[in-house]
Amino acid sequence: MSDGATEILVRGARVLGAEPADLLLRDAAVADVGPRLDAPGALVIEADGLVALPGLVDLHTHLREPGREDAETVSTGTRAAAAGGFTAVHAMANTDPVADTAGVVEQVWRLGAEAGHCDVHPVGAVSVGLEGVRLAELGAMADSAARVRVFSDDGHCVSDAVLMRRALEYVKAFDGVVAQHAQEPGLTAGAQMNEGELSGRLGLAGWPAVAEEAIIARDCLLAAHVGSRLHVCHVSTAGSVEIIRWAKSKGWDVTAEVTPHHLLLTDQLAESYDPLFKVNPPLRTKADVEAVREGLADGTIDAVATDHAPHPVEDKECEWAAAAFGMLGLDTALSVVQEAMVETGLLDWAGVADRMAGRPARIGRVGDQGRPLAVGEPANLVLVDPAARRTIRPGQSASLSRNTPYAGTELPGRVISTVLRGRPTVLDGELV
Amino acid sequence: MKRHLLSAGDLSRDDAVRVLDTAVELLALSDRPIKKLPTLRGRTVVNLFFEDSTRTRISFEAAAKRLSADVITFSAKGSSVSKGESLKDTALTLQAMGADAVIVRHQSSGAPHRLASAGWIDGSVINAGDGTHEHPTQALLDAFTLRRHLAGDTGDLEGRRVTIVGDVLHSRVARSNALLLSTLGAEVTLVAPPTLLPVGVGSWPVEYTYALDPALAKADAVMMLRVQRERGGGGGFFPSSREYSRRYGMDARRMSLLPDHALVLHPGPMNRGVEISAEVADSARSVIVEQVTNGVAVRMAVLYLLLSGEGTTR
Repeated sequence: MSDGATEILVRGARVLGAEPADLLLRDAAVADVGPRLDAPGALVIEADGLVALPGLVDLHTHLREPGREDAETVSTGTRAAAAGGFTAVHAMANTDPVADTAGVVEQVWRLGAEAGHCDVHPVGAVSVGLEGVRLAELGAMADSAARVRVFSDDGHCVSDAVLMRRALEYVKAFDGVVAQHAQEPGLTAGAQMNEGELSGRLGLAGWPAVAEEAIIARDCLLAAHVGSRLHVCHVSTAGSVEIIRWAKSKGWDVTAEVTPHHLLLTDQLAESYDPLFKVNPPLRTKADVEAVREGLADGTIDAVATDHAPHPVEDKECEWAAAAFGMLGLDTALSVVQEAMVETGLLDWAGVADRMAGRPARIGRVGDQGRPLAVGEPANLVLVDPAARRTIRPGQSASLSRNTPYAGTELPGRVISTVLRGRPTVLDGELV
Repeated sequence: MKRHLLSAGDLSRDDAVRVLDTAVELLALSDRPIKKLPTLRGRTVVNLFFEDSTRTRISFEAAAKRLSADVITFSAKGSSVSKGESLKDTALTLQAMGADAVIVRHQSSGAPHRLASAGWIDGSVINAGDGTHEHPTQALLDAFTLRRHLAGDTGDLEGRRVTIVGDVLHSRVARSNALLLSTLGAEVTLVAPPTLLPVGVGSWPVEYTYALDPALAKADAVMMLRVQRERGGGGGFFPSSREYSRRYGMDARRMSLLPDHALVLHPGPMNRGVEISAEVADSARSVIVEQVTNGVAVRMAVLYLLLSGEGTTR
């Protein structure tokens, strides 16, 4: 099946959770929306009871290729993305070699296009080699075939204030955005988990909330000063939410994301010393979880972004301090958001679409994603069965890695189909 | 008792008292010409030391040998561990050798917990010090020493006041003692500069203060923690060893502020002239050398109770 070569009739889907309607997809676009559409010869997807959302857009994915193909490849990671309802992901720059040149971002972009499971938008490194010393060739990456708009040293904080200022200024030339991993390095040397009562008891070096909040505050002020766009990656603390709320109240162009795991899990899980729960920024307290949920609900936090971070078994099957930071997220993101936000009444499905498709697409300047499911719009959508419940099994993921923190957990919702520009990537819950 | 000894918090008051009472009986052995008991004959005890610690390793070795166990000592230096073998592979190797107990010292907090819970080995795991987390047998030997002097061997530490002074933040000895001594009913006060107290110490079952002198007059015992010189100066936790010593070191003047019966403990190795002056270390109040002797008896008791099956729940 080639792009847009067939018609698909989605029958009886609840678009953004509203009353059931039929959707006719033709030539990679939505051709018609209405009750009881007729399309002889079309592939029919029965969507009775299913909610239709625009295809999800992830601002923060680690696909690991090039360099760590033992953990993930562009192909396996984007399969996991499609299975999770995503039609576009932003591939983080901390690969080996680092995505700090037009050559590397074009390679990742091309691998994504060839695999075809979802769109891959490479993120460019802010600094050469992620070293935080001098700017990478941001303009060359922006002008390349990959059309990079999001720049980040993710995994490392651009801690040098002057470098951050220059990056924020420079990306204005091509409407880029700097996505900051906010972590003051001096305050987090050797840090292993959230600094609090539990880190003191477990004897694990603490990662204090202030190390995140201090950088976010500084960056908001810098972005305002130079009139540029700042995006804050994986907000994890109540204080960060407050600072971002304040920055937005000033009218500054600041956006933020939260990961699914920071919406659901707390630092108490570290008590097991199981490195599956080791992640950066670390899992925080219940009060922080409540604050980021509230921030996502009121729009202070714009987007859910997975920070999908695959690691091979041996990097997690060890003592805590030796283990890698990070957890899988693409397969389970929508279910976690349903659990944390929809079933708690904090967001309706339209809100989910806004935070997981509409706003992330706009932040990344991805024009053909995150659009409404309306006539003439691109045919990118996901059908989710909100009534389903599933127990997460690490081996079920299309990811090459198994480091999910939800193993054995029952979560609501299941992706039944994903459609990328009129072409199914997932049908009946199976990857196409 | 539980199957493993990972944290002093694993011990109920009854468990702890049983270990201490058993150690009293076992200590009597060390006065006999033949110090061995046949109790653990045929059982294999592995000393797995990823971090240098001669005194703890020797203490466990002596304890296991006096109970007639076969002892294998596995030190990270010169072994496959230093060649990058993982904790898991080391554990699987020990499992293949049929280890009944693994005594583990590791630089990473929680490593013994991982060994005990990951399903790699069947034997009991005894934490011999993990990172900045815990060192439960050190706390047991400290409690044992306190009982000998303050409660007539088998008496109660209820209401006794123990002041622990120094680098609580990085001290596994302090964590284990805070838990165990509280379990035993003692009143624990931590004394340290604010930079060396962990965030959240307010929720521990102890008191804490930044000033040493006022804490001395009511103390039944003072436990001085080792302070690594590199934590000061460029390490940033305090300005210099000299300043630390002036504010938190135990010297003759401070010793004179203690009640007459009060003891001075130190888990060793000491930094003479930093946290403790030579005069105090060598004084009649100091039970530092005796702590070492007691360590063997307490570790024998732990091995005996975990491995002989008596009173353990599997």
